[in-house]
Amino acid sequence: MKRAVRIAGVAILGLLAWQAVVTLAELPRFILPGPVLVFGTLWTSKALVAEHAVVTAIEVLVGLGLGGILGFASAILLAVSPLARSLLRPMFVFTQAVPVFALAPILTLWLGYGLWSKVAMAMLIIYFPVTSAFFDALMRTPPGWLDLARVMTATPGRTLWRIRVPAAMPGFASGLRLAAVYAPIGAIIGEWVGASKGLGYLMLLANGRAKIDLMFAALIVLAVLTLLLHAAVDAACRRLWGS
Amino acid sequence: MSAAPALHLSGRATIDGMPIFGPVSVEAPAGEWTCLLGPSGVGKSTVLRLLAGVGDELAFEGEVAAGDGSSLDNRVALMAQSDLLMPWLDVTANVTLGARLRGDAPPRDRARDVLERVGLAAHSAKRPHALSGGQRQRAALARTLMEDRPVVLLDEPFSALDARSRALMQDLAAELLAGRTVLHVTHDAAEAARLGHHVLLMTREGIASVTPPAGPTPRVYDAPETLAFQGRLLRLLMEAR
Repeated sequence: MKRAVRIAGVAILGLLAWQAVVTLAELPRFILPGPVLVFGTLWTSKALVAEHAVVTAIEVLVGLGLGGILGFASAILLAVSPLARSLLRPMFVFTQAVPVFALAPILTLWLGYGLWSKVAMAMLIIYFPVTSAFFDALMRTPPGWLDLARVMTATPGRTLWRIRVPAAMPGFASGLRLAAVYAPIGAIIGEWVGASKGLGYLMLLANGRAKIDLMFAALIVLAVLTLLLHAAVDAACRRLWGS
Repeated sequence: MSAAPALHLSGRATIDGMPIFGPVSVEAPAGEWTCLLGPSGVGKSTVLRLLAGVGDELAFEGEVAAGDGSSLDNRVALMAQSDLLMPWLDVTANVTLGARLRGDAPPRDRARDVLERVGLAAHSAKRPHALSGGQRQRAALARTLMEDRPVVLLDEPFSALDARSRALMQDLAAELLAGRTVLHVTHDAAEAARLGHHVLLMTREGIASVTPPAGPTPRVYDAPETLAFQGRLLRLLMEAR
């Protein structure tokens, strides 16, 4: 409760400062609209913003789900196979050296203007944090547990599924928490490069028409969506794995 | 449980060329409780790891064998200083871990029985974090008993407990592990004086056997002969290099 009050207090102070800057500096609305105008626009355009927000939300959720599954599977493959480690890890790092931005036009070319190019962007951007957080955790199983499993004559497969994977789930959870914040970035980049729907598309459109108030309205909705997603993933991880 | 074999280890161990111990010789008679007493860092736990078959990081020159000539594989249970309970499993699932790791159906009835014997029947559905330190070691003991192996290796399993819980655990372990070949690594002279049918003193100079007082174990903790033996063990520890 105290925390909620504190967050609300900070938000109100921020909005007041924002409005004060706009009013005192007499900034034109096409440079920086004040929060009163932005929230007014958000209210009058709520149907439009909601329609685009739903599209972005679906892209983000599908990207997060598929990217999470892919990261989970990759980390396990890397953890069980030294061959996969030696072959794939350099490639893995190389893919991170390529800016995701630069890949967006190619993905749009390959996958089209619809949902899947955005899902692919979101997956690309979350794949590395999920895989590396989970892989690191899989490689750090407390040695005492592994000794115990060996003395109990466990097979490597059962040791993996019954001990190493469950012990590494807090690592997977940290990867997913990061992913919840990164996935919307991927979706928005995808929408900027080529889309006909979504909050990123709406922001570009509003910017081009000097409707900066609408752009800010879309931005605020995006930020709120991201925060909600992070909170939901965080709550789910705590519930499932207690961390 | 099959008949408990004697344990024998002799040789020397190194890790990356650094000597850990040896040459030494450890004998643990069949069906009896042997304490391996010594200060930290003399390689007591390494002896245990070699007997448990998990000392991959070690270079060992020598011999590890069971008195009956068969392999020790599948005949050893291990209980460590840390309880090694899985925090995501409840107590019943923790004590039946071995069965599940081998792909067998968890023997729930037997688990209930064993938890009854270690006094955890009322806690079987709890997760480890909801247990006290003493209860967690009881759960670890229950898991060790569930394995029903003739050889039990104990690596300072009671050293993190308070004095009262430790004495209670010593009594319980002595009762429940009777008849098995137990090799118990400890740095506590009082513990060795209470529990050992045989006490091996391990120092940098090697391993020497010290004869404990006659009579049943666990010895009464404040009996004069127990205290005298404890004092003697401590003196030997202090006088060793």
